[in-house]
Order: sequence, then structure tokens, then C-alpha cells
Amino acid sequence: MTMIAKAGTAEAGSAGIKVADKLFQNRYLVDAGRPHIKVRPHDKPSKALLSLTHTCPAGCYSLNDTGQVEISVDGCVECGTCRVVTAKTGEIEWNYPRGGFGVLFKFG
Amino acid sequence: MIEQRFDAIVVGAGPSGNAAAYTMATAGLKVLQLERGEYPGSKNVQGAILYASALEKIIPDFRDDAPLERHVIEQRLWTMDDASHVGVHYRSSDFNEERPNRYTILRAQFDKWFSRRVRDAGAILLCETTVTELLRDPAGRVIGVRTDRDGGTAFADIVVLGEGVNGLVGQRSGLRPELKPDNVALAVKEMHFLPRETIESRFNLKQDEGVVIEAMGTITAGMTGTAFLYTNQESISIGIGCLVSDFAENQQTPYGLLEAFKNHPSIKPLLENAECKEYVAHLIPEGGYNAIPELYGDGWIVVGDAGQFVNAVHREGSNLAMTTGRIAGETIVALKQRHQAMSKANLAEYRRRLDETFVMKDLKKYRKIPAFLHRNKQIFGLYPKLFAGAAQTWLRVDGIDKRTKEKEILKSFRKGRTLPGLIGDAFNFARSWR
Repeated sequence: MTMIAKAGTAEAGSAGIKVADKLFQNRYLVDAGRPHIKVRPHDKPSKALLSLTHTCPAGCYSLNDTGQVEISVDGCVECGTCRVVTAKTGEIEWNYPRGGFGVLFKFG
Repeated sequence: MIEQRFDAIVVGAGPSGNAAAYTMATAGLKVLQLERGEYPGSKNVQGAILYASALEKIIPDFRDDAPLERHVIEQRLWTMDDASHVGVHYRSSDFNEERPNRYTILRAQFDKWFSRRVRDAGAILLCETTVTELLRDPAGRVIGVRTDRDGGTAFADIVVLGEGVNGLVGQRSGLRPELKPDNVALAVKEMHFLPRETIESRFNLKQDEGVVIEAMGTITAGMTGTAFLYTNQESISIGIGCLVSDFAENQQTPYGLLEAFKNHPSIKPLLENAECKEYVAHLIPEGGYNAIPELYGDGWIVVGDAGQFVNAVHREGSNLAMTTGRIAGETIVALKQRHQAMSKANLAEYRRRLDETFVMKDLKKYRKIPAFLHRNKQIFGLYPKLFAGAAQTWLRVDGIDKRTKEKEILKSFRKGRTLPGLIGDAFNFARSWR
């Protein structure tokens, strides 16, 4: 369990906005080793799962070299968008972080 | 966890959960409130505008110590194209009244304050405690909750679900379906700090006066959505949101949209030299009346965002949350006083009471609007462009006579949308609105 202020690897396509620069301002209490969201193993992501690489507001989702969608939950702002988008395909497992962990909004 | 038995367990310490807990605790009920965040507000996000009337009915003297930012004296509604905005502004000194009607707030601070009042009223609050499931008796009645605090359980006559838009507890217990991507919007927001004098001079404000801007147009890149800018004491809340289904189908990133909005020539000067201190995102239930799930059953009741209580047209949500929370609380207190069971049949009183309030009346009035806005993307792309073009044609003085300009404007509308299209849009909009 450590306080961190890093996260997000994705970049906005055309605008080149680094979401990591935005998340840098936020406070998180990371539950190390216990990610609250998991992408289920898959060969080829559905269109819905693939869309998370640009839909996630914290840029948590990225495409790896072999074509699978991966998640790094450290910058997650717990909005739930990814769960809603993939509800039909069931490709991710979404839970709240354990009580007290995750993002801590100062202003909200 | 806590071995005691409670009259009511409230899941969540946002506006709806706090309103319910306060109402019940004030009436003498034994209330346990569970919040997954480190402190109330730490997981909560809103624009944020506080509508005084909903809170006054719960805590009449809230103005004495609630953390309020600025009372709103001016509202600007803008439609924007890439270079301009066309606006309707309403500003009135009447809003400088003894008991102002609307305030900007910062939710993390406001929720902490509200929660303090809830605890002062006698409710027990446990933070850092995530509710994992509802407990039922063999007959299927909800009798309590299990939490992630060492798997601890707590029991009560009724569980009030004020768990927010991501209401996993109710959803996974089969009380309501998963959110649909076209019934929910994703909004992102930043907090930009500036000296208060700078905000006051930039927005033409004195002391605690505030301005809010609501905007739509090409800023959402053809998607169904809106943007906003609210003035706080020493900061500006700026955000943008679109339907999740639209985000999923387009290549836009939420933060890319926000950045473009911040860099719009009508917005950029307002944020100049500001320091961003937080970036947040949240879902907003926007399905309206038709998306309202089952609101009560044997031993449970739903309040706030978990029940889809948001009036997307008027950007109202926290007032609906507080009102549904209060009325749920009042219904429970009334049943308790009459020694009646917290059964589905008896809790129907909640719905009957809600139907008499602005909450259900407004949501019902606008029940066709979500589908209308979802189907008619021209509202967000084409029309703002046509309005901007018309304004420029009309206002630019260039030796062309006014009748020719009028014809040019009409032609642009006919060309952009066709005459039957224009009439159809007006008709469909009017039909959805009434």
C-alpha cells in the first residue's frame, strides 16, 4: 500500500493530450497487488473492449503488442464507463476497490 | 462488525444517502451509514450546483455553516461552433437575496459538511467500508448487508440504497439491470484555481456572486452532450460530458474533448494562468423517467442516482437526490411510527409521495427528451453552426443589404437541414418537451 500520483499510459490520438499529466494532480491510495478491475483473458478484443482504449477517461486501457487489451488500474477514477461499455460482452470484471482504497477526490 | 441491530442501514454518504440518514436519525431512528470512501465525498463528483430549496427542506439553516462557494446571479446558455458562441444570458440582481436560490459548491467539502450534520443527528457512520452484498432471509426479504470490513455483516429493518450511479450492490442483487450505454453520460471535469479577484473581474462579479455557463455545440464533436463552466470562490470547475454509447462509437477521448473545450476561443481567456489541481470523471444517469428502475421491495428502497433521478435537461441531480433521500426517510419514519413492516406493499407509499413532488413530475414531463436528443445529433452539430453563421451574417456590416442577408440566412438553414427537416425537428422537439 503506497501513495502514488502516477498513472495512465494512453495518449489522446489526434490532440496528443497526455492524460497522465492530468492524473498527476490526483490523490490515490493504491491497493497494491489487488486490482479492482481485470480484463478477462482473450485472443481478440471485441469492438466494445477495444473502444476502452479511447473511452476510458483515465487512459487505463491500452493495446499490447499481440493485440490484446490490457489494463493498468492505478489511475482509475472509478467512473464505471468500462463496465457499462462491456456489460454485454462480459470481457471485464469490475468491482469497487476495497473500502478506503482507490481515488480520493479533494474537490470532487 | 457492529453486532447491533439497526432500524435502517444507508449505503452511501452522498446527497441522497445523507438526506435519508439525516431524516431518519432526526426522527429518532437508529441509523447505520456505510461509505466506501476514506471520507464522505472522497468518491463523489458533481459540477457542482447546489439548489437551496431541496436542502432547505432538510436543514433549513444550512447557510449558517455549509461550505458554499458563490451564489449564482447569472446563467449563460451557449451554442458553440469552432470559433464562436451564440448565447442567451440571464443576470439579475434579484438573485442577490437573503436566501439565495442556487450556489456553486465543491462536493468533497460539501459532502463532508452534510455528513457531519448527519452524525450530529445521531446516525453512525462507517467509512472505508464497501458493501458487497445484501443479506436476505429465506423468504427473500432484505435483512441487512455484508461488507468488506472482515466480511462483517449488519442487520436492519430496511436498507436504503444511496449507492450512486454505479450501484453495484442493488445491481448484483438483481434489484435493477446494468446501466445501458445510451442511458448514461460520461463527464470529465477539471478544477482550475485563480485568485478570487481575478475570477470576479473576469466574470464581472462582486463578492460571492457567481456565474454558470452551460454550453453545447461542435465542442462535443457530433456526440450527444454538453459542457459547463462554473465559478467558485477561488476556482473554476470546467467539464464536458457525452453519452457513453457515443464515446464508444467515436474515436474521441474524454480528455481530448475537455482540452479542446478549454482551448476554445470563447473559453480560453477565462482560464488564463489558472492552475489545474484535479481531474475527475463520473457517470451521470440520463435515461430519465423511462430508465427509472424498481424503487423499493421487501426491506429495501433506492434513492438518488442509483434510481436514475437526474433531470438532464435542466442539469439537476443533487436536488433530486436530496429530495428522494428525504422522502424515502420520511416514508420509513412514518411506517415505523405506525408499526408497519418495511414490506414492498407498505413502501409503495414512497412512490406515491414521490409522484406528488417535482422529481417525478419533471422526469415524466421530459420522458421523451433522452431519446429525442439521442436520435437527433443535428441539435449538437448542425444547429450551433447554423446559428453561428446566421449571427455572423447578420452582424457583419459589409455593404450587403439586410434583405439579401435574411435570404442568405434562410438559405443556409434550408440547405443545412431542408425545410421538411426543420419543420420535423421543431415538431419533434415540441412533442418531446411538453
